[in-house]
Amino acid sequence: MGLTITEKIMARASGRETVRPGELVWVNVDMAMMQDSGGPRRIANHLEHLNASVWNPDNITIVSDHFVPPSNETEARIQAITRAWVKKYGIKKFHEFEGICHIVPIEKGYVRPGILMVGGDSHSCTGGAMGAMVVALGSTDMLGVVVTGKTWLRVPETIKIVWEGKLPPGTYAKDMVLANLKQLGTAGATYKVLEFTGDTVRNLPLDERIILTNMSIEMGAKTGIIEPDETVLKYMEEKKVEFNPVYSDPDAEYSRILVCEAEELEPLVACPHSPDNVAAAASLSGVSVDQAYIGGCTGGKYHDLATAAGILKGQKVAAGTRLLVAPASQKVLQRALADGVLETLLNAGATLLPPACGPCGGLSMGVLSDGERCISSTNRNFRGRMGSSDSEVYLGSAATVAASSVTGRITDPREFIRS
Amino acid sequence: METIRGRVWKFGDDVNTDVIAPGKYLKLPNDEMAKHVFEGIDPELPEKIKPGDIVVGGANFGSGSSRESAPAAIKYAGVSAVVAVFFARIFFRNAINLGLPVLECPESDKIQQGDELEIDLVNGTIRNLTRGEVYQASRLPEHIQELIKVGGLVPHLEQELEDR
Ligand code: SF4
Repeated sequence: MGLTITEKIMARASGRETVRPGELVWVNVDMAMMQDSGGPRRIANHLEHLNASVWNPDNITIVSDHFVPPSNETEARIQAITRAWVKKYGIKKFHEFEGICHIVPIEKGYVRPGILMVGGDSHSCTGGAMGAMVVALGSTDMLGVVVTGKTWLRVPETIKIVWEGKLPPGTYAKDMVLANLKQLGTAGATYKVLEFTGDTVRNLPLDERIILTNMSIEMGAKTGIIEPDETVLKYMEEKKVEFNPVYSDPDAEYSRILVCEAEELEPLVACPHSPDNVAAAASLSGVSVDQAYIGGCTGGKYHDLATAAGILKGQKVAAGTRLLVAPASQKVLQRALADGVLETLLNAGATLLPPACGPCGGLSMGVLSDGERCISSTNRNFRGRMGSSDSEVYLGSAATVAASSVTGRITDPREFIRS
Repeated sequence: METIRGRVWKFGDDVNTDVIAPGKYLKLPNDEMAKHVFEGIDPELPEKIKPGDIVVGGANFGSGSSRESAPAAIKYAGVSAVVAVFFARIFFRNAINLGLPVLECPESDKIQQGDELEIDLVNGTIRNLTRGEVYQASRLPEHIQELIKVGGLVPHLEQELEDR
């Protein structure tokens, strides 16, 4: 019987021929990522107390993005602790003011097809778009990895999600994953892996695939993964690093196979206070918005900004609504600056935020007041996620967010797409 | 610490990390975060929850973020155990690593607010002293029980490094 891509990665990482779902295995970690909120500040004391060092500084990357730039002294101190820590342990893969912890490691070529990676942030599953298995761990688990280079994992079952056909105009990867969330719910993939496949997925650019794997955790998944095809291999070529891509066997076993038709898709929005509370954007046109946000590891990539610019060209953000844009990385910002995407967004009235997590987790500039409503291209809309527990967050594609910012109410982006 | 006795705080399904440990307090250390535990559900809860109390949830407890601050806030508030139908995977691992007992019990829904429970951690039995009922939670593998017993992964690593 064949193996899935995930089982192959886990077998290799645990030094075994094969693994089966349900088995507990110890794995050697190829790469470990931590961010500023859950990273060095939380493990530094323990590491000193244990009188231990890091297992391999070259296999650890630290990305400061949650409290960047710091908005008060406590946050500034967290940044200082992080900087001192990487220096002390000789970690060169350290990035601050460069972008978000799930995007920068992909840009840098750290997330290589076929590797087993762990990340100290729940959206670490994002890296699965590169054909790697990336599993999220909490701080203490990361401490174990940082000291030993190992961790234990249960071999998960895999749900295969097959997307077939052409996406209709006005629909994007965000609408695909919201459709999956509606079907599976926020616990529908708990302890399981989501493997996205099918011609619709293969036709998506990397930026869009990242949305599918990024939001796998919203269904409770251990991670999300996509087999590395031409698009990914070409992207990796420029990185000049070695890697060994692996693929699912044709006779691999899946706990469930979900077939979805792209042609039937329409722009979707997740309503408060859960990402699986999904409705058609067109059905929410009576809902006014105070804030529109394009940003985050999910919705602040170049493709998102360019899509939004396509809608905002020659338009103005509605009076009484504010549009905030935070590029997911410096690189995204540079590219959007170079080709006029940024100019279009600013001309429409957008406010530019630094390339970091921004208001996505209610940590930084752009938080919501009591009773305020935001439409956002991010991944989570739990109560209080972006500020007051009396505020509301709706989630949609960058196109839906852009269209809504022009009308001041939730808007189906097809109203703005001239075909 | 193999038997736990306490009074129940009952929650529903899908209690997520952002309501247990709101993002705006993430910059705080865990003991201070504990003063805001469950604030996203009810701002008065941090006042009401007392050391020794037991938290009981429904399905998918602890979904969302990987923030360890969520189980840490519960632990630092003095809660002695969390029982739920099932847990979100990262929360489950984090709780164990911190030495906070977590029990998956399909009958969690029978437990009500204010009930008095007695939990046997070794074999996973939960006695509802208020209702005179007994439920069976899934038994934690021995190496995980061991981890909880020594107080989590840090003390465990400490032992391991000493033994080297
Ligand atoms: S952008 Fe949002 S979801 Fe992504 S890492 Fe930052 S806080 Fe988390």
